[in-house]
Amino acid sequence: MSAPNKSYDPVEVEALKPEEIERMRDEALAAFAAADSLDALQEAKVAHTGGTSPLALANREIGALPPHAKAAAGKLVGQARGAVNKALATRQTELEAERDARVLVEEAVDVTLPHDRVPAGARHPLTTLSERIEDVFVAMGYEVAEGPQAEAEWFNFDALNIGPDHPARGEADTFFVQGPDGGTESGVVLRTHTSPVQIRSLLERELPVYVICPGRVYRTDELDATHTPVFHQVELLAVDEGLTMADLKGTLDHMVQSLFGEGMKTRLRPNFFPFTEPSAEMDMVCYVCRGESVGNPDRPCRTCSSEGWIELGGCGMVNPKVLTACGVDPEKYSGFAFGFGIERMLMFRHNVEDMRDMVEGDVRFTRPFGMEI
Amino acid sequence: MRVPLSWLREYVDLPATETGRDVQEKLVSAGLEVETVEQLGADLKGPLVVGQVLTIEELEGFKKPIRFCTVDVGTANGTGEPQEIVCGARNFAVGDKVVVVLPGAVLPGNFAIAARKTYGRTSHGMICSGDELGMGDDGSHGIIVLPPETEVGKDAIELLELVDEVLDIAVTANRGDCLSIRGVARETAIAYGLPLRDPALLDVPGPNAFGYPVQVSDPAGCDRFTARTVTGLDPEARSPIWLRRRLQKVGMRPISLAVDVTNYVMMELGQPLHAYDRNLVQGTIGVRLAEEGEKLVTLDGVTRTLHAEDLVITDERGPIGLAGVMGGANTEIADHADVENASTEVVIEAAHFDAVAIARTARRHKMSSEASRRFERGVDPQAAAAAAQRTVDLLVLLAGGTAEAGVTEVVAASAPHTIALPAGHPDKVAGVDYGRETVVRRLQEIGCDVYGQDELLVTVPSWRPDLTEPNDLAEEVIRLEGYENLPSTLPKLPSGRGLTHRQRLHRRVGRALAGAGYVEAPNYPFIGEQVFDQLGLDAADPARRVVKLTNPLNDEEPALRTSLLPGLLGALRRNDGRGSHDLALFETGLVFHPREERRIAVSPPVDRRPSEEEIATLDAALPEQPRHAAVVLAGAREQAGWWGKGRPADWADAVEAARTVAREAGAELIVRGGKYGPWHPGRCAELAVVTADGTERIVGHAGELHPRVVKAFGLPARTSAAELNLDALEEVGDDTPQAPSISTFPVATQDVALVVDKSVPHADVEAALRDGAGELLEAIRLFDVYENDEQLGAGHKSLAYALRFRAGDRTLTVDEASAARDAAVALAAERTGAALRS
Repeated sequence: MSAPNKSYDPVEVEALKPEEIERMRDEALAAFAAADSLDALQEAKVAHTGGTSPLALANREIGALPPHAKAAAGKLVGQARGAVNKALATRQTELEAERDARVLVEEAVDVTLPHDRVPAGARHPLTTLSERIEDVFVAMGYEVAEGPQAEAEWFNFDALNIGPDHPARGEADTFFVQGPDGGTESGVVLRTHTSPVQIRSLLERELPVYVICPGRVYRTDELDATHTPVFHQVELLAVDEGLTMADLKGTLDHMVQSLFGEGMKTRLRPNFFPFTEPSAEMDMVCYVCRGESVGNPDRPCRTCSSEGWIELGGCGMVNPKVLTACGVDPEKYSGFAFGFGIERMLMFRHNVEDMRDMVEGDVRFTRPFGMEI
Repeated sequence: MRVPLSWLREYVDLPATETGRDVQEKLVSAGLEVETVEQLGADLKGPLVVGQVLTIEELEGFKKPIRFCTVDVGTANGTGEPQEIVCGARNFAVGDKVVVVLPGAVLPGNFAIAARKTYGRTSHGMICSGDELGMGDDGSHGIIVLPPETEVGKDAIELLELVDEVLDIAVTANRGDCLSIRGVARETAIAYGLPLRDPALLDVPGPNAFGYPVQVSDPAGCDRFTARTVTGLDPEARSPIWLRRRLQKVGMRPISLAVDVTNYVMMELGQPLHAYDRNLVQGTIGVRLAEEGEKLVTLDGVTRTLHAEDLVITDERGPIGLAGVMGGANTEIADHADVENASTEVVIEAAHFDAVAIARTARRHKMSSEASRRFERGVDPQAAAAAAQRTVDLLVLLAGGTAEAGVTEVVAASAPHTIALPAGHPDKVAGVDYGRETVVRRLQEIGCDVYGQDELLVTVPSWRPDLTEPNDLAEEVIRLEGYENLPSTLPKLPSGRGLTHRQRLHRRVGRALAGAGYVEAPNYPFIGEQVFDQLGLDAADPARRVVKLTNPLNDEEPALRTSLLPGLLGALRRNDGRGSHDLALFETGLVFHPREERRIAVSPPVDRRPSEEEIATLDAALPEQPRHAAVVLAGAREQAGWWGKGRPADWADAVEAARTVAREAGAELIVRGGKYGPWHPGRCAELAVVTADGTERIVGHAGELHPRVVKAFGLPARTSAAELNLDALEEVGDDTPQAPSISTFPVATQDVALVVDKSVPHADVEAALRDGAGELLEAIRLFDVYENDEQLGAGHKSLAYALRFRAGDRTLTVDEASAARDAAVALAAERTGAALRS
């Protein structure tokens, strides 16, 4: 904007005659009305409201008027500009509405077209189910513990009260690692369960210990529809003062409720494991039929074979001998532990029918499981 | 352990209405894993009767010999007339008693019997074999010929005890006592609160000096040896039907009377027995450790070379049996079919052997017998005398033998096992208030003697050697009170710290790769060493050093992986073969490298915590097991579609995947051209990081696979791959990124195109530009690579970069930005010979 002009120029005030101002206004209004598109309106806007438009120039002239004429001229030009701006806004709205009604419709696309340029990836359900279980326990305050898969026999057997002559050791279907120079003696095996991680946790951590141990384990079973030599377990270990079997039961109940829904419960049946005493087999109520298929041939349940219960795994109170081998005073501390197979749970939780589907890495199997389950 | 319900009922007065399934439920709840209840004869329907063969007419002209018989079945057929039956079996003669099934009956397998025409005659029923009746193997391979005294017309269903229920119990390793009807009966009695008629409660004459001489020179291995002699056995005596049937129902094959009786008593009482032909045993029977290299031919005909720790039974000549495992061939009871040489005098051994010694011997010789299974799991030493007596009684009864008065018993003195148990201990273990009275009662029920008030002194019964610790007793109380009655409580945990850095990284990498379109495919770690040739590794490549298994599932794959690639490439090929061609797979998992110095992991004792040194020694014997992450790609990385063309997966995707993994790890990845076995020598990135001590460490490779590797694995052309040591990335990674300060002053952009020699890597040019531009440079991005010999000169390429400059405290002038750009170009020129493209 130019500064107020102190040297009055009586000639130039011609432009501020009322008729002139009205003409400028009317021309602008006509131009706006004639604009038939937003682009045309933009042109008219520049022409009639821009810095070099007649009304803008007129406005600039006001400063050159003698003081007594300024007020009247200012009012005149101001009213004209107001009318012009209002007309512009109105026309703008009209044309935008018209565009929305017509032009955007013309730009319509087929939104059902696929755009799978890079198809989605997925994590393996064994991984994500294991994490899901971990998360249940992490939320309770447990920590996740890991350990080597090629493990010393001491960790995998001896410390778990499975001495060299224990019948369970012979029944463990163990892969043995070759010794130095190809000998058969190495003292190292592929871990047959994730229990050695419990031993490591007791040795490495401060008491009390509350850990969850997921991971790969190995047994010499040929791959078929229900067996695989490489599979996954989750084991839990709690060692603290005053832990009881009731605590074990409650923890199991909490887990199945977290994973399978409210009202789920578990059942313990006596069993034997060298590393727990007392020991139990744990079942969970069938999450599909909730036990209602039992003795009800009209409503058979495929998931539990109408047994009402699904076998989960083994559990028990940590054998005091195991605590002793880890330097934990069994007079003061007690503990509970449980473990189960992820493959099995994946099979009944997600209707996987063949173990081989879980080990062959077929993308058609894995993709539907996405990132989390 | 198979337990016929009919046998069980002999010792426990179960309610008559109680079914096998009812008993199963009770026993499962008490801790015996009854896996199945087999319904014998459930679908069997008579008439099935005893008949006597009257006439046999051999029918000629058929492919196999066929007999037309008339059989007297008494009045069972309603007429009393002989029954006309066509039969294909030949192991019977006129006058034999046989089992006849009459029209209207249904045999197992829903096999309905009706009169029917066959071989030109009408057969009114069948003469039956054991198989047809679902009896199991009786060794006869023909129809059943019954003892001559069997009454004609008698119901054979009852006679042969064809209808029964058999519980099949998976006995756990601690419950050797339940490998007998006696043990299962005891559990049943407790579960039902009924009294047990203990079959081991027999009148047994005390030992004397007239028994067969026995010398035990290893009392630690054999703490009890009872020997009894029975003479005058009738060589023609056969096992009676009831005995044969019981053996069949528990899954054993009847062999000969003497053998059947010892097997029967073993099943009944759990005490393994052995019968020696007295005329073949020479002199004193001994029990000693074998001499190394000594030979013994066992009953199965195998010559065993003995180990110095094997316990053997001997006579004057040497070993006559592998103690507790299997007898020797040289004193075997002769087969009953061989009447001439049949044994008429037997010495019965009922001994108790050390569980560990037997387990070792059985394992060493890879032979597991009914006897060894029991000794390994614990046999009641107090039952030996009763078992010997029971055997003697049965031989006297069934074979017309005479029990000799001599009773040999060699017993190493041992005190019964006593456990001090605080009366409140079971309550403490269970978290339940049982109270002393219940605890004492339950322990007494299982046969313990209990003394004391708050501190109980519990003497465990001889048949429960598994009860050694207070927790064992607690378990007995809790299981009998019912695991199902345990309350459900939650412990109060200290606060946890969540996942570790390594664990979070593992998850993040999986998510990032899956987010980038990769599908996780975890693979078995088993490989064959030829895979290294397929991968094109140098002979000296350290990845060729493998950890091997002594007992691989597949002899072709005896080693553990040192790289994830073999498994992933296998999965890629499998998917490709199944019609999925556009593939991006990933795996994160452990690989295994042997230590430089291989050691044996020698187990420390378990009666105390191992020392830190012992733990370190164990760990040092383990292979190194770093976690790797790897990807493989083939086919299209971006699909063709209505939007236009697709893009094949290539080396750059593999490198980008490696960058993705490194980014998740917070590790600064150095990417440069490299050469390594599996990769295309011109399209291989070597990936490195700078470690804490400032040295560089190669952490992996990425790029397109070598065409030879592609061919060797049968992969799609141009398959690409990356593999990284995730643990190495984690070590250098920073998982607490620092926030940059965000300037709100305007950005000044400058583009430069630089001509360099083709061999100059972009990374070097960019690094020079960055260094030269100084701190005003906010970002730099390569936006074009251009090659044109005519315009640029042969052997050159043009790299075009967009540089973004910004200051934190002011708006940059054009001159400032240009000066920074010029400095950048100048340094690039100095370091890489770059020239501004004119």
